[in-house]
Amino acid sequence: MASYFLRRVLMAVPVMAFIALFIFLLLRLTPGDPAQAIAGDHATPQQLAAIRESLGLDQPLASQFLAWVGDMILGDFGKSLISQRPVLEMIGQRIGPTLALASVAMMLTVLISLPLGVLAAWRHGGLIDRFVMSLSVLGFSVPIFVIGYVLISIFAVNLKWFPVQGYKPLAEGLGAFLHRIVLPGFALASIYIALVSRMTRASMLEVLGEDYVRTARAKGLSDRIVLFRHALRNAAIPILTVVGTGFAMMISGVVVTETVFNIPGIGRLVVEAVLARDYPLIQAIILLTAGAYVLINLLIDLSYALTDPRIRYK
Amino acid sequence: MSIQFRSFAAATLVAGSLYGLPALAETTLNVVMQAPLRTLDPILSTAQIVRTHGFMVFDTLLGMDAKYNPQPQMADYTVSADKMTYTFTLRDGLKWHDGTPVKAEDCVASIKRWAANDGAGRTMMAHVAALEATSDKQLVIRLSKPFGQVLELLAKPSPVPPFMMPKRLAETPSGQQVTEMVGSGPFRFVADQYRPGDQAVYVRNKDYVPRSEPMSWTAGGKLVNVDKVVWKSMPDMQTSINALQSGDVDLIEQVTIDLLPLLKANDEIKTGAINALGSQVTGRFNHRQPPFDNPKVRQAAMYALDQDQLMQTAIGDGEFYKLCASLYGCDVPLASDAGSEYLAGSAKTRMAKARELLKASGYDGKPVLMMQPTDLTVLSTQPIVAAERLREAGFKVEVASMDWATLQSRKNGWQPVAQGGWNFFFTYWGVSGIWNPVVHAMLDGSGSDTAWSGWPRNARVEELRTAYIAATTLDEQKTIAREIQQIAFDEGFYFNAGEFQSVAAWRTSLKGLQPGPLTLFWGVAK
Amino acid sequence: MTATTPDALPRRRLLDAPPHWTTVLAVVILVAVIAMAVFASQIAPFEPTKLNPAMRLKPASSTYWLGTDSFGRDLYSRVVYGAQVSLLVGGGVTLASVLIGLPLGLLAGWFRGFDAVLMRMMDGMMAIPGILLAIAVVALTKAGLVTVIVAITLPEIPQVVRLVRSRVIAARSETYVDAAMLLGTPATRLITRHLFPATIAPLIVQGTYIYAAAILTEAALSFLGVGIGTEIPTWGNIMAEGRLYFAINPWLVFWPAIVLSLCILSINLLGDALRDRLDPKMKGRSP
Repeated sequence: MASYFLRRVLMAVPVMAFIALFIFLLLRLTPGDPAQAIAGDHATPQQLAAIRESLGLDQPLASQFLAWVGDMILGDFGKSLISQRPVLEMIGQRIGPTLALASVAMMLTVLISLPLGVLAAWRHGGLIDRFVMSLSVLGFSVPIFVIGYVLISIFAVNLKWFPVQGYKPLAEGLGAFLHRIVLPGFALASIYIALVSRMTRASMLEVLGEDYVRTARAKGLSDRIVLFRHALRNAAIPILTVVGTGFAMMISGVVVTETVFNIPGIGRLVVEAVLARDYPLIQAIILLTAGAYVLINLLIDLSYALTDPRIRYK
Repeated sequence: MSIQFRSFAAATLVAGSLYGLPALAETTLNVVMQAPLRTLDPILSTAQIVRTHGFMVFDTLLGMDAKYNPQPQMADYTVSADKMTYTFTLRDGLKWHDGTPVKAEDCVASIKRWAANDGAGRTMMAHVAALEATSDKQLVIRLSKPFGQVLELLAKPSPVPPFMMPKRLAETPSGQQVTEMVGSGPFRFVADQYRPGDQAVYVRNKDYVPRSEPMSWTAGGKLVNVDKVVWKSMPDMQTSINALQSGDVDLIEQVTIDLLPLLKANDEIKTGAINALGSQVTGRFNHRQPPFDNPKVRQAAMYALDQDQLMQTAIGDGEFYKLCASLYGCDVPLASDAGSEYLAGSAKTRMAKARELLKASGYDGKPVLMMQPTDLTVLSTQPIVAAERLREAGFKVEVASMDWATLQSRKNGWQPVAQGGWNFFFTYWGVSGIWNPVVHAMLDGSGSDTAWSGWPRNARVEELRTAYIAATTLDEQKTIAREIQQIAFDEGFYFNAGEFQSVAAWRTSLKGLQPGPLTLFWGVAK
Repeated sequence: MTATTPDALPRRRLLDAPPHWTTVLAVVILVAVIAMAVFASQIAPFEPTKLNPAMRLKPASSTYWLGTDSFGRDLYSRVVYGAQVSLLVGGGVTLASVLIGLPLGLLAGWFRGFDAVLMRMMDGMMAIPGILLAIAVVALTKAGLVTVIVAITLPEIPQVVRLVRSRVIAARSETYVDAAMLLGTPATRLITRHLFPATIAPLIVQGTYIYAAAILTEAALSFLGVGIGTEIPTWGNIMAEGRLYFAINPWLVFWPAIVLSLCILSINLLGDALRDRLDPKMKGRSP
């Protein structure tokens, strides 16, 4: 077990190294000039050259890359070229709203799609099943920003149940926090709800067909006990997988949702950083999200290994 | 517009009664600015949002009043009879935000740093024999050659105003940003609540001693009537408007004109121009690359383009844009109609002329690469409209869409189009950035590598610009400016695509918003 | 469950049973969308790029069936022409990701040494959020059709590689492949004759999902201001431009949104139907 664990962790190292190199090259071969973003449209060439020099952008690419990786290993992700603030501090300021948004979306997903998926599988082929399946296909087919705008125009503008925009941290009270995060959370969750309810339904159907479930049913256990104690527990692993692989998808949803609902999170930060060519900031955000992805999937793999010894020897 | 201006004047009068009143409870002004604040050094940046930020935190030796006259602000001044020596005396009670007193040597260092970064400032320094502090309170500028613009430049609100900062900050090397925000302005910057690109917070500077004269643009007493100003950036105009309607924000600095009808229906919201000066949209030719290296082709293009069509598509409501020939802004003292023959006539007759000129020009069908920014609403429509007109005139046009950051850096290169160059793009300038030939970067006729993108070359324009600097009377200046404008049209320096007015929207609970060359946060009360 | 041998595919299975009504509907909608793209110039009453500043933001009328946008262009004509780019982007991305992913997946499934290196790179690519990658790539050159296709293709490649690789690995253990190996069939022949056919069915299914996802991603890129320029109408950039005027005329967003959603919905339904027929193992699985 320990050697499996070690092997998996070591495998993440070349993955991260590849990501770092890939992102660095991609950005540096992109046209655009951070000095311009600092000095504005009407700046003169001398001004731009002076700024470039003070930022070290006139150094050869290879030495810029080595310096970046070296500092990073020591825990220093560098300073934003534009605002001159430490990159980690800027990310720290913005990560809260994004985490809140993502967790609310996750919670909504679990609260809505698990029961839906279970119900659909239980009444396989019935009305609820068809409704859930149509809903999930629809969830995949409508862009998040359209869902966002529909939600805003119905629930915020017309019904006035929710504020149209903005974010309040949890520290300012649970009520204020929830009041503002429900709509964006729901918009972001829409695609996830589609995905997870489908996945739940499918895994449940598979498990419900297994012998031990049929035995349990034959023994006369109530549907509820069979569904939740036996079936759902065994269907958990594939659902967990979806959560892991869906992480990257969630990031793209976050970028759009934060724009529609004006939430000052990582998603907007990264779009702004790309548009301003703020290299250290873009690099750090992509590397950190990629790292989070690798970590989440590592944990999921390890949790499989813990529950299912066969996997370790694959 | 006149109605809005009148309601404005009324609002200003109401504010008059509020002068000097202490704020009772803590009042916070929530504002959506036209762009996010990402950098803080107003000397290094030419962006309007950073300049507005500069006027919050920093102060200037002189201010500019609504009649374009320099007036004392931090300092009173005297000018010697031969106009070669300027003496500035700092007024009493000036303190930096770190509590230390403002000294003349701080101001000397600040002027030097500003002059190193500002084109007009550099020109001024070339005429200065000595700039020194003669005491803690007094500084002197002695000229080596006549230079008529000293006071105007020290008072100018754009593109880089000479903001005063402590010597230790002003000595930051050129090219490196000042990040510590210590000024002597009416607001203090709250550094730990600053989230670059998202939020900036300012609180009233309780130590600020305003002048006793009435407020007028950046001159006069800067009376702050709110305790806190929060700038929020919202990437989406819809979101901003919803927030204004729900009362989450008090003021939107710049509203999309097309959405104004939505706000007019709401009697808790007023709209109008608080930025007294408009902005001019300019279509720049690259004089170094074919086909626009040929003056006849540039002229054909100028006839093909149509101010009204460009403005109508970009802005919509004709109430909010103006068409004029003046390259210095439609309503400034130097405005004239020189070159208006290039804009006269209906779009149809002009098109006929354009075709004729293009045929005669020897244009070989080389495609024009037109850069279009996708992420900047104000400038995303003009390239599309222009491309269609140019094609109609017989040009081949390729519209290259890119984000604004890419466009900005691509415009700096003059290599052939195949190697990443360009032929034409649109940008816009606040009128205070182009209102005379000294500050107007697009009228630089040196054609040198260090000039602003486009690189037109014309010796006569350079002579005239030098003459303008030495000119001391307005009449003299007007004559010179007029001739420069005519040449700029004849030679196709750029296409003047019209002037638009930015319109703000605010809740009626706000009183006393001040008109100015940019958005000002003194005077206003909530 | 028996293995899907190459010859068993796909004609017989497709005709096993009459298609579900949703599948029929999906096919009808898709045919309509394709017709819209192909015959756009006949269907649309206006040039989609024809500006008319005097007719900006007009409501629907007998001349402008769906009204006009902020340039005074006819919304109906733009939505019709928008089908071209959306279908092209979807097709381009699907084709490119399969053309690149398939050989890589075959090689990875066959050569163990290559597999280790390639899959670490693919893990890396998958870890980078697709939208961030796409935003960065679009900024790389001018925001044209090809750039957008490349930008959306990159994050899709690892998915295809993984899918193909897993099918190849599974097929390798099948008896008929074992037999072929024992008989000394050369590797190239094994790959082309036995392993490649095993990947066709899942690839067709996966292809439909890639197609749908590509159209959605293009819309999202346009929404964020890094998509195909406004000169070429796409459903994505029609919506992105319309959202500024959402409060005045929400239909500027909703019309392209409806057509886009219907189109994606049909592709997804078709994908589901194909999967149920061609690849029952994946039944009920999501894209």
